[in-house]
Amino acid sequence: MKYPEVNIKTAKELGINEEEFELIQKYMGRMPNFTELSIYSVMWSEHASYKNSIKWLKTLPRDGGVLLTGAGEENAGLVDIGNNLACAFKIESHNHPCAVEPYQGAATGVGGINRDIFTMGARPIAQLNSLRFGAIDRDHTKWIAKGVVKGIGDYGNAFGVPVLGGEVFFDESYNSNPLVNAMSVGIMEKGKMVSAIAEGAGNPVFIVGSSTGKDGIHGATFASADITEDSANDIPSIQVGDPFQEKLLLEATLELIETGVVVGMQDMGAAGIICSTSEMSEKGNAGMRINLDKVPLRQKNMEAWEILLSESQERMLVVVEKGKEADAQKVFDKWDIHCVQIGEVIDEDKLYFHYKGEEIAQVPASTLVLGGGAPIYEREYTEPAYYAESKKFKIEDVPQPENLKEIVDFLITHPNLASKNWVSEQYDTMVRTNNMTTNMAADAGLVNIKNTNTALALTVDCNSRYVKADPKIGTMIAVTEAARNVACTGAKPVAITNCLNFGSPYNPEAFWQFVGAIEGMGEACRKFDTPVTGGNVSFYNQTTINGKTEPVFPTPTIGMLGILEDKSRKTGLSFKKKGDVIMLLGRSKNDINSSEYLYSYHKIKNTPPPFFDIDFELQLNKMLQLLAKVKLVESMHDISDGGLYLNLLESCLENELGFDITSDAEVREDAFLFGEAQGRAVVSVDMDAEQEFIDLMIKFNFPFSVLGHVTKGELRVDDISYGFVRDAKNKFMQALQNKMEA
Amino acid sequence: MKFGVIIFPGSNCDHDMVYVLRDKLNQEVVELWHKDTDLQSVDAIMLPGGFSYGDYLRSGAIARYSPIMESVIEFANNGGFVFGVCNGFQVLCETGLLPGALLHNNDQKFICKNQHIIAEQKHSALTEYVPNGKILTIPIAHGEGRYYAPKDVLADMMQNHQIIFRYTNEDGDLSEDGNPNGSSMNIAGVCNLTGNVFGMMPHPERAADEDLGNTDGLMILHSIIHHLESKKA
Ligand SMILES: [Mg+2]
Repeated sequence: MKYPEVNIKTAKELGINEEEFELIQKYMGRMPNFTELSIYSVMWSEHASYKNSIKWLKTLPRDGGVLLTGAGEENAGLVDIGNNLACAFKIESHNHPCAVEPYQGAATGVGGINRDIFTMGARPIAQLNSLRFGAIDRDHTKWIAKGVVKGIGDYGNAFGVPVLGGEVFFDESYNSNPLVNAMSVGIMEKGKMVSAIAEGAGNPVFIVGSSTGKDGIHGATFASADITEDSANDIPSIQVGDPFQEKLLLEATLELIETGVVVGMQDMGAAGIICSTSEMSEKGNAGMRINLDKVPLRQKNMEAWEILLSESQERMLVVVEKGKEADAQKVFDKWDIHCVQIGEVIDEDKLYFHYKGEEIAQVPASTLVLGGGAPIYEREYTEPAYYAESKKFKIEDVPQPENLKEIVDFLITHPNLASKNWVSEQYDTMVRTNNMTTNMAADAGLVNIKNTNTALALTVDCNSRYVKADPKIGTMIAVTEAARNVACTGAKPVAITNCLNFGSPYNPEAFWQFVGAIEGMGEACRKFDTPVTGGNVSFYNQTTINGKTEPVFPTPTIGMLGILEDKSRKTGLSFKKKGDVIMLLGRSKNDINSSEYLYSYHKIKNTPPPFFDIDFELQLNKMLQLLAKVKLVESMHDISDGGLYLNLLESCLENELGFDITSDAEVREDAFLFGEAQGRAVVSVDMDAEQEFIDLMIKFNFPFSVLGHVTKGELRVDDISYGFVRDAKNKFMQALQNKMEA
Repeated sequence: MKFGVIIFPGSNCDHDMVYVLRDKLNQEVVELWHKDTDLQSVDAIMLPGGFSYGDYLRSGAIARYSPIMESVIEFANNGGFVFGVCNGFQVLCETGLLPGALLHNNDQKFICKNQHIIAEQKHSALTEYVPNGKILTIPIAHGEGRYYAPKDVLADMMQNHQIIFRYTNEDGDLSEDGNPNGSSMNIAGVCNLTGNVFGMMPHPERAADEDLGNTDGLMILHSIIHHLESKKA
């Protein structure tokens, strides 16, 4: 096959601009050939190089006490969780594949994020996911949502790691561009981390796992006629996942690490072999000589650049100590998976690739990667007009509604607020027997660390409607809500990972949202002392509505890790028994800004974010942790989407209890029940502990009020009955299924 | 007692079974690799859940041909105690050691949740320590869990006390709303004619740790240990 001639036109077709094309020639000291140009094209893409985002990402707090590695240093962040254990965790997006092929897109997203964890030597023990789909009444949305959920389930269930939590959200903003963010959490013995590094000239380089095919090669990027004419039809742009191979790869990899022969290891994700060889080499100030003829192939007639760029799943690149090749081979033979030496480490900043007797590419490894030669850009940003417009909203614009019961019915069956059991029951949430929230509903997932007194609290959170309303405050709220959820279980928030889903960085208004979000995240993470351990940036998420293309809601998903040092402090969100006193921590506000109630019921869509005070949030967070520690409360549940009413109903479900509360005369009743003002949580207290609780609040001068008490099953507000828990529960549990299967 | 937990490639509940037996019930446990044939003189064979060999064909269909299963079949035919959970149950049906088959759930979706079951037999190796009429909560997690056997086989199984557990609703009724996957007669667990090979779809090992807030599964596991001890005595 003849490659296209390399010139600026070819470069532009591969997504390389003039400036970058010149820089490549400067680094190489000559004109690159087509394969080399293809290498730069993928390695300098946003996905691999963070060229448009890194300037801002560097402003985030990226180190701190509990961090064992800094952000971006390894495949995932690593946190000290005591007991001589370390926790690796990370969240990653797979949005664009899911827009085209929801099932495989989601499945391979789950596979990829788990490999990031076990390539470091950690065994995955929990998964979470954050999903955003278009308007639920559209057939296209249902097709995507069903495919994504089945894809996550089929892959993760077979792989054998429980799903501990997640989010599902529907809005027309995501009509043609769903967001699928998957998080994996693993643990390992402290000090046993395997680095993604290549060092030691002469050490052999192995490819292990599945064979390599043409899947995942971005056909669209290679639009030049000569290349795609024959091959376009057989290049699936979507990778295909095989959870069975992943499971074998996991067990074999962890067993290999135990033998002590591993120098470094990295999974093959985006940009495949070229990405792993260059990143591992750059980290070790080394290079590699690779013979692509050795790579086990799934298809015939693969070109060198196809082998280099293939995103075939379930593969790893491993550098082993020279002389220990047989030890590695033995482990992989046991598990019946490929383990083939494809090259060796060299003492030179160069990657040499050979194929069919020729040297087909020769590039300096360090020029390919972030922190090395990859370009870094500052993008322009401007405040969009909607922002100033939103500030004109006043609660008085909305007349106080007459029929609150009708609103309750609307909200408890709204797909964004109703139970997500239709989704979560398709996931194995209990394999590995460590899920402490199966029999105790809580605001965050709790993972039992067996044979210790510790549990981990995990949550993913982002109300993207708030972020759209105000990127900075909305993102501060996302971090804060995650921290509140963690604290409501009794745990202490310690670190976050983030998945930044935004529109095009070349759209100044979308980039304004990105910049605001990063500023807010930085401020909130510094406040809570929860450094950012790493994550993922996904730009170019946009949807066309009524012929107009707009970025999706800016969605900086926060995945938070908390530590519960003493399992006996674990606290759930469910009311325990009739007669317990229901207390509000924080203050009711006359605020319905950006609530689901205002947005979906009144259809008023451009309003500021809800009330938020970060200083108070920190106090509230500490109070929640303290209450769990002194065991003064029966339940704790923060107020978030849907407001107080949804909060109370959720607390009633597990034990089929009710509530009888009185509203606040100072606040409109719709704001009291459905407003989403931040900085609030509901706790229930045994009558015998009520005085002790009140004394504690007074001692700390902490704002609280008595809302009412837990009933046997009736739901009452201001002496008006809203029905009984069983009926409400049926509606709440069935709503999503009714909509999805309609 | 000495338990052998079979490990197929793709088993993923193997660690959970080992943990409960070893750490929670203080039993001796050996892991038996699918390529081996030596059962290491164990008193009982446990087949854990998972997706053996990827389950690409039909759940459990390939596992039955593994070397270790030849030994397990021989062990069972000599009266040895064999217990399969979830995928392990599927494997035992595929080998013919247990009657019937496990088909795709009637709504074609994987389902994982807490499920109520009741013991159909007072006296069996799995139920001796389950109080009479007790509604147990034992998690299920499967895509192919709909128990099926022809009518005449079901009648024989009834006759011969081979139906061990049945799905119920929260009030203990053997109703349709208590049947999570469309199983014949709400069947959740069965045994062979000679009462030494057992299989069930719900996971007792997932309800056996006080840290997780549910220990109903311990009643089943204690029954098994008691049964093995009295057999040995
Ligand atoms: Mg919450």
